[in-house]
Amino acid sequence: MQKISVVRIFMTLALVLTSLNLVAKDTENVEKEGKGGLKTEIKEFIAHHLLDSHDFTLFSDEKEHKYYGFPLPVILWDGGLKVFSSSKFHHGQTVAEVGGNYYKLYHSKIYKTDAAGTIDYDAHHHPTNAKPLDFSITKNVVSMLLISILMFFMFRSLAKSYKKNNGIPSGIGRFLEPLVLFVRDEIAIPNIGEKKYRKYMSFLLTIFFFIWFLNLLGMTPLAVNVTGNIAVTFGLALLTFLITNLTANKNYWGHIFWMPGVPTFMKVVLAPIELLGVFIKPFSLMIRLYANMTAGHVVIMSIVGMMFLFKSWIGSPLSFGLAFALSILELLVAALQAYIFTMLAALYFGMANEEAHH
Amino acid sequence: MDKLLDQFSFGLFFWQILIFVGLIFLLKKFAWGPILKSVNDREAGIKDALKSAEEARKEMQNLQADNERILNEARAERDGMLKEARQLKETMISDAKVEAQTEADKIVAQAQATIESEKKAAIAELKSQVAGLSVEIAEKVVRRELADKDKQLELVASMLGDVTLIN
Amino acid sequence: MTIPDIVGAGLIVIGAGLGIGKIGGSAMDAIARQPEASGKIQTAMLIAAALIEGIGFAALFAA
Repeated sequence: MQKISVVRIFMTLALVLTSLNLVAKDTENVEKEGKGGLKTEIKEFIAHHLLDSHDFTLFSDEKEHKYYGFPLPVILWDGGLKVFSSSKFHHGQTVAEVGGNYYKLYHSKIYKTDAAGTIDYDAHHHPTNAKPLDFSITKNVVSMLLISILMFFMFRSLAKSYKKNNGIPSGIGRFLEPLVLFVRDEIAIPNIGEKKYRKYMSFLLTIFFFIWFLNLLGMTPLAVNVTGNIAVTFGLALLTFLITNLTANKNYWGHIFWMPGVPTFMKVVLAPIELLGVFIKPFSLMIRLYANMTAGHVVIMSIVGMMFLFKSWIGSPLSFGLAFALSILELLVAALQAYIFTMLAALYFGMANEEAHH
Repeated sequence: MDKLLDQFSFGLFFWQILIFVGLIFLLKKFAWGPILKSVNDREAGIKDALKSAEEARKEMQNLQADNERILNEARAERDGMLKEARQLKETMISDAKVEAQTEADKIVAQAQATIESEKKAAIAELKSQVAGLSVEIAEKVVRRELADKDKQLELVASMLGDVTLIN
Repeated sequence: MTIPDIVGAGLIVIGAGLGIGKIGGSAMDAIARQPEASGKIQTAMLIAAALIEGIGFAALFAA
């Protein structure tokens, strides 16, 4: 317990330092622009941090345009495959010229532009430029790959330790095995049932640890907001939706289109509602994870940002304490959201496999 | 909602699905399969071990019960044998007693009978002797006394007196 | 964000908060009454809270 707290303090400190870097060389500007300038800057920083990005920036100084990190490959499909390094964009400052086409990075999106990099806006200040299909290896993709590799080696070592150690886990497996058993005994079996849970175990275990580890990665100073990205949660929810409906039995569809045990009139009324429910269920999974993780990031970063707005001996330590407490809460939320996602997925699988009991 | 749709990146979605599905299959083959198999094997092993321990315990109990039963049987048998022997002894003793009694009774009866017959014989002999002797005496007396008439009368009188006396 | 949006979002948060609070309170009552069933109650509580939360978020994004 104590160890974890120490780790948290370091993590929070690092997060603070990351943000500090943002304002460190900025004090003279703040004097001129006043608090409004700093406030917008913090807002922009947070908004930028929540989004995916085409390079892995560890910390940056937006005013001086100094970025510390490494570029990532950009893969575009625009009448042909175009692969180049994201360093060509210079963090949105310059136009990248690839094979006669010009691309510009604007608010973490790549737009096709002319040689000068002009971006046209519509009435709502949305760019109207053409967007090439962007298959770039972004920061979130790298994070996911990283977590996947980590998971693979962790669980591979657990699987191997059984063979070596005569059925008893060793090393990190001692920590992981109870979690695997937790997913099996507390999530899969009670919701799906003793008979059918086996075929869903791989998905449930993978999604539980995948979400949890990505949530935790978001809590590190890297603060990559992978599970707080709608595309990622959409992917996870879509897979849950597909598995639920592709493995569903007759009874499940019967309950949707022709609810047994109610009058015929109600059957007709219930069918569209139930059918809507089929789509709402994964939709709520997607929104829940996205909103929880995004909200967590926004709140923590805002409170960390408040330290620099207050600049007083009372306000700043207060926001620091608040940020610390919230970080601990977010640590809980990270596990809770993974649990709830897995739990609800298991619940839906269980519904799809329920046998008639009338 | 607009913001969400605006944020949606098809590329990220594509990579996410690719990575995640790949991860599921990789982990299924290399991790979840072996892990769940090992855990199940272990649990089955524990269950088996518990079951066999329970069986062994039951067998032990049965064995103990058997032993107890055999011991009890042996004890009962021994008791029965002892009892039988005691009974035998008692019957033998009582039989012997009865036999001895009857034998003794017989002997006594025989003896009594002998005594009786001896006594009878003796009495008879005595009687006969006394009779003879009396006749002899009476002869002698009669011979000597009957000379005198008075004396004869006296004798008759005394005899008569005796007769009344006897009666 | 316009003022009606903000007020709407506030109302949604109040509603969802009340709902989840009610679920949590009832779950606590139930656990106090039957501590041996706490696992099942917790699961049911989380599911119910998650459903309300889902609706709340959906409404928030619509607002």
